[in-house]
Amino acid sequence: MMLVPEDIAAIGLSLKVALMATALALPFGFALSWLIVFTKFRGKVVLEVLINLPLTLPPVVIGFFLLLLLGKNGWIGKLLDASGIPIIFTWKAAVIASATVGFPLLVRSIRLGMESIDQQLIEASRSLGAAWYDTLATIILPLSLRGIMAGSSLMFARSLGEFGATIIVAGNIPGITQTIPLAIYDYASSPSSVTMALSLCLVSVLISVVVLIVHELLGKKLDRRSAL
Amino acid sequence: MKLRVDAEKKQGSFRLQVKTEVSGERIGIFGESGSGKSTLVHLISGLLEPDKGEIYLNDECLFSTSMGVNLSPERRRIAIVFQQAMLFPHLCVKSNLLYGYRRCRTENRRIKPETLIKLLKLQPLLQRGVENLSGGEKQRVALGRAILANPRLLLMDEPLSALDDALRFQIIPYLRSVSEEFGIPYLFISHSMTEMQLMTDHILEIENGRCIDETTPDQLARKRMAQNPKGYLNLLPLAVPIKVHGLFAYPWGKNTLLVSEGKEAAEALFELSSREIILFKKHPEAISARNLFACTVAEMFESEGRVGVVLSVGGEQLVAEIVRSAAEELMITVGSTLFAAVKASSFRKLA
Repeated sequence: MMLVPEDIAAIGLSLKVALMATALALPFGFALSWLIVFTKFRGKVVLEVLINLPLTLPPVVIGFFLLLLLGKNGWIGKLLDASGIPIIFTWKAAVIASATVGFPLLVRSIRLGMESIDQQLIEASRSLGAAWYDTLATIILPLSLRGIMAGSSLMFARSLGEFGATIIVAGNIPGITQTIPLAIYDYASSPSSVTMALSLCLVSVLISVVVLIVHELLGKKLDRRSAL
Repeated sequence: MKLRVDAEKKQGSFRLQVKTEVSGERIGIFGESGSGKSTLVHLISGLLEPDKGEIYLNDECLFSTSMGVNLSPERRRIAIVFQQAMLFPHLCVKSNLLYGYRRCRTENRRIKPETLIKLLKLQPLLQRGVENLSGGEKQRVALGRAILANPRLLLMDEPLSALDDALRFQIIPYLRSVSEEFGIPYLFISHSMTEMQLMTDHILEIENGRCIDETTPDQLARKRMAQNPKGYLNLLPLAVPIKVHGLFAYPWGKNTLLVSEGKEAAEALFELSSREIILFKKHPEAISARNLFACTVAEMFESEGRVGVVLSVGGEQLVAEIVRSAAEELMITVGSTLFAAVKASSFRKLA
């Protein structure tokens, strides 16, 4: 295997972006899942469609929308620009792109976890004196941990592979915004760098396997805990 | 405890419309499945909001559309025991038990966990995970958890339906003793006549989302005698028996009951269907049934063409059921003297 310093930087950046994107999306994902599963309100269908949209849209389209939104003339871009925080073509843009693209996967898993909770457990908790937020923290959160874990690892893995949206909002700047898929894309376009591309592919496979193993182990541990 | 409900709730094509005021400590809500019993439980506990109306518990307003009051479930202090135990699967038995207790304000904590754990014999289960408990153990923990929340009212929503007969009658004494010991009034919801007779003093009968009658367990059992496949169920709590010729002889008023199924050196509860009692005008000289008593007719009632004959037998009471033509042929009236025969195998041991 051959890795140059730029590759190491790409690996580091990929892990950082995936981790940050998952961490950023998690609270929103949990809150929206809770809203969808446990509350009744008008326009729930619209919200569900909006959440799931990135799953069906081409990532490039999402990237383009994000560019419009976060660019110098976009709604959010203007505000950020005024407060001196540049987003576009930085690693932060890659985080936002990954978070947007992976979000539906996260919400799907957490929702499944929450939907498997028996409604009467929640009713029992409320009738025993727990306010809704208390029930959320002591019953719903622990009982949807598996869904949260599954969703997080899925989203982490999806973020590692994010390409289309990232290349549009973050660019492909080695050492700054170049993640593993972008680096592989670079290598793949020149015939002399096949070995380099293969090395990074191998790293990709390795990380994915580790993520899946961790996911399985955590799932088992949670199983054991609930069987105690 | 005084409960006043005047509420309406529409759920799909079902409409619950209940207007009632009950007071007492042991109140039953009786009705077939789908009659609206569980919906009523949800309205009272605050887990479901009525479309309109008002609910008062001991003169405190829990819900009122006109006054704009809707107390959240956690502030009503009404605990529920469900059909399934509904223990929190991620917590151990002890944490389950203390879930409500920890959320109860200090000044409302009347019942101490140690006392309750002792009464419900939960000590050996405390450190266990809830998945490793048997059905009966789970329901005992669920009951303990509800009681430790120190509620003002306990709602028992068919708490025995998921248990088999043997377990059911093992749990009933716990349900009764806990509420008596700690003075917690309860609403007991069920469609079982026997459970109603054992658990309640006063009954609201619900049908198609409406409260159709307010009655006592005995009156209800009499009313339903003809439709119930087992007729009127006489419940006989009997003291320790002695064994005679392979049968168990239980003292019963001034008489002795001979029963084929029993347990030595233990009190027992038996059920005797009104249809298992045969009445004679004169003493039958020889009869295979092992129990034959002289009795007088204390009362008679009608239930859809059947006649219920309340017999006074040596200081005890039994209800027998006969068809109208039999009553006319035997010329039975209040005050008549009769002989009642019951086979030793007709008694069904409940506990």
